[in-house]
Amino acid sequence: MAAPTAPRTRAGGGAGRAGRPVPSVASPRRRASDVLVTAVLVVVAVCFAVPLLWLLLAAVDPGATLQLRVPDEPGLDNFAAVLTPETTLRPLLNSLVLCLSAAAITVVVATLAAYPLSRYQLRYGRPFLYTVLFATGLPLTAVMVPVYSLFARLDLVDTRYGTVLFLAATSLPIAVWLLKSFMDGVPVELEEAAWTDGASAMQSLRSVVAPLMLPGMLVVGIFTFITAWGNFFVPFVLLLSEDKLPAAVTIYQFFGQYGAAAYGQLAAYSLLYTLPVVVLYLVVSRWLGGAFTLGGGVKG
Amino acid sequence: MPLAPAVVLLGVFFAGPVVWSVLLSFTDASLTGSAARGTSFVGLDNVVTLVQDPAVWNAVVITVVFVVGSAVIGQNGLGLALALMLRGRGTAVRSLVTLPVMAAYVVPEIVAAFVWYAFLNPEGTLNTALGGLGLPGQSWLFTVPVLAVVLANIWRGTAFSMLIYLAALSQVPADVDEQAQVDGASGWTRLRYVTIPMIRRAIGTNLVLVTLQTLQVFTLIFVMTAGGPGDKSETLPLLMYEQAFQYAALGYGTAIALVLLAIGAVFSLGYIRAIGKEEI
Repeated sequence: MAAPTAPRTRAGGGAGRAGRPVPSVASPRRRASDVLVTAVLVVVAVCFAVPLLWLLLAAVDPGATLQLRVPDEPGLDNFAAVLTPETTLRPLLNSLVLCLSAAAITVVVATLAAYPLSRYQLRYGRPFLYTVLFATGLPLTAVMVPVYSLFARLDLVDTRYGTVLFLAATSLPIAVWLLKSFMDGVPVELEEAAWTDGASAMQSLRSVVAPLMLPGMLVVGIFTFITAWGNFFVPFVLLLSEDKLPAAVTIYQFFGQYGAAAYGQLAAYSLLYTLPVVVLYLVVSRWLGGAFTLGGGVKG
Repeated sequence: MPLAPAVVLLGVFFAGPVVWSVLLSFTDASLTGSAARGTSFVGLDNVVTLVQDPAVWNAVVITVVFVVGSAVIGQNGLGLALALMLRGRGTAVRSLVTLPVMAAYVVPEIVAAFVWYAFLNPEGTLNTALGGLGLPGQSWLFTVPVLAVVLANIWRGTAFSMLIYLAALSQVPADVDEQAQVDGASGWTRLRYVTIPMIRRAIGTNLVLVTLQTLQVFTLIFVMTAGGPGDKSETLPLLMYEQAFQYAALGYGTAIALVLLAIGAVFSLGYIRAIGKEEI
């Protein structure tokens, strides 16, 4: 996976040292410390990799245990076992519906909100932005109990659209924030032409600004999707019926029911559930060279 | 007004519940029983109960240990260390390190929790590895549950800090560091007096962000230990969940949620101070 590494140091990362005016005579000590640092880095890398390696190997090991081991007879039996409509297909489809809807709503609403915030000197623009920024910091977990009681009053518990609206709302603060800064980068001059031609603000937003913002909107949409996809707590609390539950919740039920017996299947299920997220991260990081992952890294 | 949908959504699903919860915390609202039908105003009873409840204090202490251990020291410290060590390394070493660290970050939280449950299980990889070294293993999730969830959260979140610090370090002009080197400053001295002061802002922002993220961790702990054994790893979000949904004490759960929100709000103000001024 091409990890979205942060911007390299000047002169292309690795080559950096060569350009320095360090006399090569003084290098033995320097080289020793270099070796030490590299060794430490390798140890850290191994520590980070081992837990995930278990997931990868157990998924293709029909006799998987909790230990990291290379399968005797690797095979796709575990995947075949969990790839049934009830176990994975319907939950994954549910996740898809929930997350796509939430992402679409977030992007549309956030773009609409970002436009006036970026283009006009609003009397309440700054307070609004401060409020939005403040909201990005609030612990979402804490909002769940009041949201549940609100949902109970409004009869929204166990409804897909209620859950979608809440997921969209939780992504909204950061989305507004990001899209506003994207939009600040689109020159106003482009719209002025449209305005002189008699276009309204909404028309120029739709025909001039939005097309230029498309990459930004797509990225915000993808990040909303990823965040919603990985969210366990929100659907766990707000959805009850088996046929509406997304993969994040059914995988937890699977863990409770079969996890202690079928580790290989749990691993296979986890990989199926993780795959879309990994693919989307790769798409975004390829596309934007990783710079964006910093701004979008604020998880919900 | 194009702002309206955003205001409505945020109002209904954010501000509404928060205001609602302030009101609710003065009631004895619950999911079942008589109080579910006839909710009555109980004034500051919940607050009094809250302050006198040893479970709350236990959760506060564990939350602080969890946040300081896994976010402030763990993610932030390890992220900074990794970024510093990665400076000037070759591309091969860089990818070797960033790949697994980023992978741990990308994986959904619940999968990370499974992975660590397996890793720390008595029959898991860690004990096997320790056995191979001739060291005794143990049931980590049972004997040291807080350490277990702290380690898992460090594993999960370090990539974020690492990326922040890699970006910040790439902004530090190389000639300052080189000048200090020519002047004969040692590695530690340069780190302490040149590099760290130059990325101070990034450190401040990162500390606020990782604290906010870690404060609300629920899934990881819920899956790995469920707050147990007993209440040994029960942070505030888990206590809140237990009270509101398992014991059906919605009003009391809300009061705990408010404590969490208040702590978050303080850090969120710090966040605005750290990054807001320049960007608005």
